[in-house]
Amino acid sequence: MRSFVFPEFQIIRDEEKCGQCRACERHCSFGVHTYDPVADRLVSDERKCAGCQRCAVFCPKGAIIVRPSPSYYRPNASWSREKIEDLKRQAETGGVLLTGCGSDKPFRIYWDHIVLNASQVTNPSIDPLREPMELRTFLGRKPDLMEIAAEDGDIEIKTELSPNLVVETPILFSAMSYGAISYNAFRSLATAACRSKTYFNTGEGGLPREMRDEFGRCAIVQVASGRFGIDAEYLNCAQAVEIKVGQGAKPGIGGHLPGEKVSASVAETRMIPPGTDAISPAPHHDIYSIEDLAMLISALKEATNYEKPISVKIAAVHNFAAIATGIVHAGADIIAIDGLRGGTGAAPKAIRDNVGIPTELAISSLDRRLRDEGIRNRCSIITAGGIRCSADVVKAIALGADAVYIGSAALIAMGCTLCQKCYTGKCNWGICTQDPRLSGRLNVDIASARLTNLISAWSHEIREMLGGMGINALESLRGNRDHLRGIGLYEWELDVLGIKGAGE
Amino acid sequence: MGFEIIMPRIRRELYNKEICACSIFGAMNQGGERVSASGVMKAIANMRVRGNGLGGGFAAYGIYPDYKDYYAFHLMFTGKSPQAKQEAKLELEDFLSSRFDVVNDEEIPHDDEVKLRDPPLVWRYFVLPKEGWDDSGIVPSEGDYIADQIMAVNAGIDNAYVFSSGKNMGCFKGVGYPEEVGEYFMLDRMYRAHTWTAHGRFPTNTRAWWGGAHPFSLLDTTVVHNGEVSSYGTNRWYLEMYGYACTLQTDTEVIAYAADLLMRRQKLPLEVVAKILAPPIWNSIDRLPEKERKLLTTLRMVYGPLLMNGPFAVIIGTTGRMIGLTDRIRLRPITAATRGETFYISSEEASIRLISPELDRVWTPNGGEPVVAELKSTKKVLI
Amino acid sequence: MARAVTSEPGIFGARQYYQNVEIPSIDARGLETRELNDQLRELMLSGGKRVQITNVCGQRYIGTRLYTPEHLEMEIEIFGTPGNDLAAFLYGHHKITVHGNAQDGVGNTMDDGEVVIDGRAGDVLGFSMRGGEIYVREGCGYRTALHMKEYDGKRPVLVVGGTSQDFLGEYMAGGIVIILDMEVQSHKANFIGTGMHGGVIYLRGDVDQSQVGDQVEISPVDEADRTVLDDYVSRFLERFPEVEKRKYEILNSQFVKLAPRSKRPYSDLYAY
Repeated sequence: MRSFVFPEFQIIRDEEKCGQCRACERHCSFGVHTYDPVADRLVSDERKCAGCQRCAVFCPKGAIIVRPSPSYYRPNASWSREKIEDLKRQAETGGVLLTGCGSDKPFRIYWDHIVLNASQVTNPSIDPLREPMELRTFLGRKPDLMEIAAEDGDIEIKTELSPNLVVETPILFSAMSYGAISYNAFRSLATAACRSKTYFNTGEGGLPREMRDEFGRCAIVQVASGRFGIDAEYLNCAQAVEIKVGQGAKPGIGGHLPGEKVSASVAETRMIPPGTDAISPAPHHDIYSIEDLAMLISALKEATNYEKPISVKIAAVHNFAAIATGIVHAGADIIAIDGLRGGTGAAPKAIRDNVGIPTELAISSLDRRLRDEGIRNRCSIITAGGIRCSADVVKAIALGADAVYIGSAALIAMGCTLCQKCYTGKCNWGICTQDPRLSGRLNVDIASARLTNLISAWSHEIREMLGGMGINALESLRGNRDHLRGIGLYEWELDVLGIKGAGE
Repeated sequence: MGFEIIMPRIRRELYNKEICACSIFGAMNQGGERVSASGVMKAIANMRVRGNGLGGGFAAYGIYPDYKDYYAFHLMFTGKSPQAKQEAKLELEDFLSSRFDVVNDEEIPHDDEVKLRDPPLVWRYFVLPKEGWDDSGIVPSEGDYIADQIMAVNAGIDNAYVFSSGKNMGCFKGVGYPEEVGEYFMLDRMYRAHTWTAHGRFPTNTRAWWGGAHPFSLLDTTVVHNGEVSSYGTNRWYLEMYGYACTLQTDTEVIAYAADLLMRRQKLPLEVVAKILAPPIWNSIDRLPEKERKLLTTLRMVYGPLLMNGPFAVIIGTTGRMIGLTDRIRLRPITAATRGETFYISSEEASIRLISPELDRVWTPNGGEPVVAELKSTKKVLI
Repeated sequence: MARAVTSEPGIFGARQYYQNVEIPSIDARGLETRELNDQLRELMLSGGKRVQITNVCGQRYIGTRLYTPEHLEMEIEIFGTPGNDLAAFLYGHHKITVHGNAQDGVGNTMDDGEVVIDGRAGDVLGFSMRGGEIYVREGCGYRTALHMKEYDGKRPVLVVGGTSQDFLGEYMAGGIVIILDMEVQSHKANFIGTGMHGGVIYLRGDVDQSQVGDQVEISPVDEADRTVLDDYVSRFLERFPEVEKRKYEILNSQFVKLAPRSKRPYSDLYAY
C-alpha cells in the first residue's frame, strides 16, 4: 500500500561542499543516502530519515543539514500534523503505534517552574572548591533508632542494620537492559558507574557473565516480569536487587523485545533461545496484590541471604503514594519512582503520552506521604523520569528524593539525539541496536569517559548550588522545600509540591 | 428504600479508597454445631505474613441465640477523646430511640490487656423497628428500612458507625493482627458460632482505622475480601443510585452492598449473583448454547456496573450460607476443603491443615464459580 | 524404625507418610519462615546433605536460600503443607520432596534441581521456570508453567498427574509440560497456551481448539514425542510407585501435542 505520509525531515545537501566521500551513505543505517555513480552525486530519500543527525555530525565537509520538513497540512489546532500522520500510519498497517524515548508532549515541566535559594548575609555561602562539600548518600532502610551498648567508653552498635548502598554522588544510571541497548553502551554505563562510585542498573535483560566479577560491585540487578537471565548467581553478584513493577514511559504494560534484537549473546544473557520474542508480561504473574509483592521481596531477600537491599520500581500513577506506602510495609528498602517523561526503548505511543504523572509531583507527594505515615526512614526514594541537568537533581532532592536515576541523559551523553527510533534496532549512534556494525561505532572507552565526565560535571554543579544555599552535606537538602520557590504555578500545584510561590 | 442519592456530589472525585490486600478464612459447621473462635483465630494467625497488623476481623453466625429475633447492631464510636466518643454515642442513641425499640444494650466485652491502637468505644444494641415503621407505605421491606437507618447513621452521625446489623450474628473488627483483635474481643471465650469468617489485612497506609477493617456487612450479609476492586468508582456510583452510602473508605464495602442489593433486595439466586460480580469472559459466553448465552449476555448488559473488576477473593456470609468467590480469572487465591460436616475456605491450604490436619477433600475452585457451604440444620445447643 | 507422620486420603486412596528417623530432621512447628530457612541453610553449610522437615505448615521459600558459590547440594523431605514459593529461585541440584500438598508459586523462577509433590500444587506452578524438574502427583491450579523458558542445555520439565486449571502455559517460551489426567476427568482448562512462543505441552487425552490460544497448534504426537513422553512419564511414575503399575496403560494412551505456531507471536502487532 502506498504510504500517504510525507517525510518528517528535509535533507539539504550543499553540493558545493559535498566531496562525494559517501560518509553519509556509510553512516546511515536507514538507507537514506545513496550514491548515484552516473551523476557522481549523493541522493537522499527523505522518507527514510529518522532525523538522528548522524550524517550531519559525521559529514567531514559539513555539507548536510537535516531539519524538520517545512511541508505542512492546512494548519488545524485539533488535527495537528502528528495526529494526522499517526492516523495515516495506522490506516496503512492496522498496528499499534510504537515509539521510543520519553514523552515529547508539552506537559508542564515543573523543574522549570521551581527556583533555588542562595545565602545572602545571614548565612555564609560555601565555596566547594575550598571547603568540604559532601554528596555521599546511603540508599536503603534505616532503623527508627540505634541501640547501643556503652561499656567503659566503648560503644557498640546493637541494632541490626539493613544493607544499604553507598553512592558518592546522588546520581545513578537508570535501568537499561542489554538487548534494548548494545553491549558497548551497557558496558560503558557499567564502567562509568564503577569509576564514578555510583551504580548502574542492569534492566531486565540479565548481566553478561564475563562482566560480573568486574562490575558486580556497582550493579543493581533487576527482576522484571519476564524474569530474563535471573538465577541465584545473578542476584548474588550485584549490590542490590530491583523489582521492576512499572516504568514511567509505559505504566501498566509489559514489553516485547522483538526477536531480531535477540542476538546469540543477548539470548545467552537473557537465558532464552536466540531469535524468539523476549516478552515481558504486563504484570509479574506472581504479583497480583501487595501481599504478593511482599512475598517476592521476601523471596529475593531469602535468595540473597538478606545481604542486599531490595528496591521496587514503580511508575508514578494516580494512587502511587498509597501504593508506595504499601511497598514500604511490604519490606522494600528502596522505592524508585519513574515519572511521565521517563524514557524507553519501545513503548506504544498511546501509553507513553497519556499514562502517568510527572515525577516532580510524584516525589513530593510520596515524600510527604511517607513522613505523614512516619515511615520515611524505612526506605530511600530514587526518582527517575525527566532529569535533564544538575539543577533538576538538586530540586528533586529538595522535594524529597534521596537520589536520582538518569537514563535519557546518560544516553545523550553517549551520543543519542532522541530521534525516538530506538525500537527499529537501527540506532546509528550504536546505542540502541544489536547490529554489530552499528554497535561497534560506540567505543566503550570514549563513551564511558563521556559518562564519567557528565557525572563529574553535574556533581560539581550540585556542590556549587549546595554551597550557595549554605549547605555542605547533601542530607541537609533532602526534603528541604524551604530552599524551593515556585513560579507560574497554580495554587494546587504549589500545594502538591509543598513549596511557596516566589516572593512569598 | 427510596432512590435518593445520599452522597453529596463534589466537584472533584476526591473519595479516598484504601488499597489493601489480605488473608481470608472461613469455616462453617454445616450440621449447625457451634464452636468457639479458637480454631479460626489459629488459622488466620498462620497467614500473618499476608497481613501487616493494620486490620483484622471476624464475622460469626449463631452467636446471639437469646436475642435471635432482634437486629444486633454493633456500633463503633470513634473520635479523639472519650468525650467525643460519648457525644457520638448520645447522638446515636437519640437517633435509635426515635426509630427502634432497644431491648438491650451493652458495651461489647473486651480485654484491655490486649493492647490495640486507638480502640474506639464499641457497643451493641439489640433492636426491632418501632411499630409503624412502614406507615408511610414507601419502604418495601423491614430490611430496607433497617438498611436505610444504617446508611443514615454512617453518613450522618459523626464518629458513629454501624459495622454489624444482622440477626443472631455479629462482626468484630479492629486495627491489629486478626488474632489480636480476636483476643481483644475474647472471641475464643465469649462466643460460639456455626460459621466463622476471618480476615487479616494489609492496607497500604499506616493510619488504618477501625472501621476500615473487614468484615464489611449490611444486615446479615458480611464480606471479607482479598484484593483491590479496580472498578470501585463505577460500582460506587451505581450503588449510590440505589441509596447505598459508601462511607467506609474501602473498596470492599461495594461488594457487601452489591451482595445486599442483588441477593436481599432483588432476590436473585446466588448463581446469578456470582455471574454478575464475576461474569465469564465474552469469549466463553459466545461459545455457550443459546439460552445460557442470552442469560449471561443480558446480565452483563444490565449489571455491567456491578462487575467487580480487578483481583479479588471474597467470602460472603449470610445466615445459613458461606460463599467463596474469586474474580473471573482467579487473580487471588482460594482453597476450599471439607472435613466431616465442616466446610473451609481459605487463602492458603496450610491454615486449614493447621486446624484440621486431615481433610476429606481439598480443591481450588475455578475463577468466578462460587463455592457454597450451606447449613443443613441448626442443632439445639444447651447453653 | 519408621513412624507415620500424617495420613491423608488422596485420589489414590488413603496414604501414610513415613519418616526415616536415621536422617537429621527439623521440626518446623511454630517456626517462622525465616527461622526455618536459617536452620536449613546452617545445616547445609555444616555439611548436611539430607534433611527431613516435619510439621511444616505454611512456611515459605523453602529451598530459596540454598545458593552457595560452592554449589552445595541438599536433599529435603517435607512433611506437611509448605507455604508459597516453595523452591523459588532454586539453584543447583537440590531435591525437594513434599509429602502432602503444596500451595501457590512452586518452582517460581527455578533454575535447576528437582521438586516432587506427593499431592496437589496451587496456582502459578513453575512460573518462569528455566531448568530442573517438577513432578506433581495430583492436579494443579491456575497459570501453570506461565512463561516457562529454556535456553542452551537447560530445558525445564513439569509433569502433573492430574489436570490443570485455566491459563496453562500462557506466554510459554520453552520447556516440556506433561499433563497426565490420570483420573480421566478430561481437560477443562481454558486459555491454554495463550501467547505461547516456545516449548511444548503434552496432554493425555484430547483438547478442543476453543480451549487453546490462537498462537497454539494442536497436533498428534509422533515418534520423537513418544520418546520424550516415555522418558519423563517413566520418571514421574518412578517417583510415585503406587501408580507405576499403570505405566503401560498411560504410555499407550492418546496424547496431543500443543506447540507454538511461531517464535514471534506478536511481530505484526505494531505500526512502524
